[in-house]
Amino acid sequence: MRVFCLAVIITVLPLANGLADDAGRHLQADLQTLKNVGNEGRGNPKATQCWQRVATASAHALPEILTALDDANPLAANWIRLAVDAIASQANSLPLDSLTAFLADTKHNPRARRLAWELIDSREPRLAEELLAGMIDDPSLELRHDAVARLIDAATQEKKGGSAAATTSLKKALSAARNVDQIKTITASLKKLGESIDLQEQFGFITDWQLIGPFDNTDETGFDRVFPPEQGIDLSTRYPGKNGDVTWRQFLSADPYGMMDLNKAFPGPGDGLKEVTAFAATTFFAEKSRPAEVRLGCKNAWKVWHNGKLLFGRDEYHRGMRIDQYTMPVVLTAGENTLLVKLCQDGQTKDWTKQWQFQLRVCDATGGAILSENRPPTPGPEQAAATHGKEPPL
Amino acid sequence: MKAPLSMIASYAVRGIIYSALMLTALPLCTATHAGIPPGWPAFQGPNSDGTGNATISELNDGRIAWRVDLPGSGLSSPIITDEKIFLTCSSGSEQDRLHVICLDAETGARTWHRQLWATGRTMCHKKTNVAAPSPCTDGKHIYALFSSNDLACFDLTGRLVWLRGITADYPNVSNSLGMSSSLVVTNGVVVAQVENDSESYAIGFDTTTGQNRWRLDRPKAANWTSPTLLAAGLVGLQSKNGIDAIDVANGGVAWQYTGGASTIPSSCRHGDILFVPSQGLVALSCSNLIDKAPQQLWKSSRLSPGTPSPVASDETVFTISRGDVLTAGNTADGERRWQLRLKGPFSSTPVVLEDKLLAINEEGVAQLVAFSDDQAEVIGTLDLESTVLASPAVSSAGILIRGESSLWKLRVDTE
Repeated sequence: MRVFCLAVIITVLPLANGLADDAGRHLQADLQTLKNVGNEGRGNPKATQCWQRVATASAHALPEILTALDDANPLAANWIRLAVDAIASQANSLPLDSLTAFLADTKHNPRARRLAWELIDSREPRLAEELLAGMIDDPSLELRHDAVARLIDAATQEKKGGSAAATTSLKKALSAARNVDQIKTITASLKKLGESIDLQEQFGFITDWQLIGPFDNTDETGFDRVFPPEQGIDLSTRYPGKNGDVTWRQFLSADPYGMMDLNKAFPGPGDGLKEVTAFAATTFFAEKSRPAEVRLGCKNAWKVWHNGKLLFGRDEYHRGMRIDQYTMPVVLTAGENTLLVKLCQDGQTKDWTKQWQFQLRVCDATGGAILSENRPPTPGPEQAAATHGKEPPL
Repeated sequence: MKAPLSMIASYAVRGIIYSALMLTALPLCTATHAGIPPGWPAFQGPNSDGTGNATISELNDGRIAWRVDLPGSGLSSPIITDEKIFLTCSSGSEQDRLHVICLDAETGARTWHRQLWATGRTMCHKKTNVAAPSPCTDGKHIYALFSSNDLACFDLTGRLVWLRGITADYPNVSNSLGMSSSLVVTNGVVVAQVENDSESYAIGFDTTTGQNRWRLDRPKAANWTSPTLLAAGLVGLQSKNGIDAIDVANGGVAWQYTGGASTIPSSCRHGDILFVPSQGLVALSCSNLIDKAPQQLWKSSRLSPGTPSPVASDETVFTISRGDVLTAGNTADGERRWQLRLKGPFSSTPVVLEDKLLAINEEGVAQLVAFSDDQAEVIGTLDLESTVLASPAVSSAGILIRGESSLWKLRVDTE
């Protein structure tokens, strides 16, 4: 009998290991097919078949599947996460230990780690809550958001016992917060506790620019037209503008959220200039070369260049703006980096079409401010007003 | 890393079983592909005119069959097919979590729930939502579009068929106020209008692969209207310029109406007539839609719709004005039959159930209007105490009303 059992083990074990290897290889191959999907539905037919197999994998494979998100493009990431949804919804139990280990490894994709946390939360909410406590600096924005929210709640309770502890908690929360609404909530609370926060610096808004304009934008033709600043920035040169020669000049903003109001730089009669284009240029000094994001909020048509390279542009007017409305990845050069913004105003005359403005900051992938090495102190209102234009007489 | 034995069984064997099922299922599904499935398959319902195949004789609290919480917010309409309800939502501080859920039509119990990450921009006006476009179904698959221009296709059991990221493909396809155009599907092509001030397209997607069958340049102007199913294989695209009737087989223009049209309320097709919001309401006779351009039957400034789209039943077309006045017109000549002031304001398009019209205002007050050829009155109200911007969906299973974070089912009359 023992001999028989030994024979079975000798025969079956390699077979089982072989099957395991095969299964692992097939899963990896299927995940790779999902990762190969591209624009305009490229790779969809193959991915459809592979997804059905991945979505019926065992729950034990979830950490391996989540790992595939590390180098998946945004489209492929959705194929993979939908398979995770399907597996988890059918599973009687989840491998919580290996999911917890996956979550703890911050080298993994932040969204994959958040997904792992949600899987844990779906089965062991108490454990998930405990894990969240240490995540206020997490690379995952959602994990960080929820951890900061709990810190804000704690500060609210601490206020009842005295302001010192609440102030400490709120400052810690502010340092970690990336969500705009949370930052506004925290700074409002700190203000009530007698603290003042430099929001420009907190967000990293750039508010010291050289401006030139107005150039023409009749019938919105200025967006596509190439003006001299787009071919090279020379702050000492004079160019023909829409209403005569124009030169570069400094413009500062004291707005807490870094709003660069070009109607203050180039005041026009009545509701301001219409059918015009202007440029804003600044030099950003980086300590070292590094990946970063240029983030823009703007409700006018715009283009942005980094070191002479066009990052993106959009010809939409007056449909709304918000902080970080557009995110453009860049690699900062060690030392000097030039940023150029083109801002077009159209000819609409309704109340909600007066604005001609933008807000721009440089930050890391989580939205944490990256400040220029030569960043001047945040300007005060009087200092900023001194750089604003004078409204022409009617 | 080696796979556990349980994984071998599930991965290798289940994959084989599924492939076999797919091979046997495909020809069966194809047979029903061209038809319009029963239920409420898209915005404006199975007849493209807002009429539902059910009746409701009264409206009160007792009509509520159930209410379920939703995993996010949204103002897309639910769709109904095969005794299942499908709905989209969004969640997260940036509305970048996109949800597609399936509920049992009888009980409201959640059958499945899938989530995506938005790949396009999610900014929108505070009144609207990333989950604004309504999904659609051909009875085999459901197609879900979001304001981020993520488009997903699932089978009715929640299995993913394909995905597209339209803004990933065409980076300036977005609207900072939000997109809201709903989908239609016909003859193996699902049609999306992704029109805005910048890069504007109408795209026909192959229902099997999600790949482009065709892509048309469209006017560079914000447009929140939805395509209208004119006939099998023919879809009307509305814009500020008017209507372009598109043959979905190749994206060719079959005919055009160039009299201009609204960019908020959508057209509705009732039998052989297309009602177009166009400086009032224009009726186009479309009895032979494929081969020749439609004839204008009439135009009426007294039937001008506000935000809700027109709906039509039998010989009456209904509009709700910006001033919250419900107006009924004769479909044959546009003559006004009657007017009735409702409690507004309205965003959602009403539905017609035989001789009743159900309109729900933005504050969640549902108003049941009984009408005849020459008069109308509100015979019942129901306050859902929730913001309601989505249009209801109707089937023999009931009337579905989507609120800010809930979905209600109202009972319809039983025989």
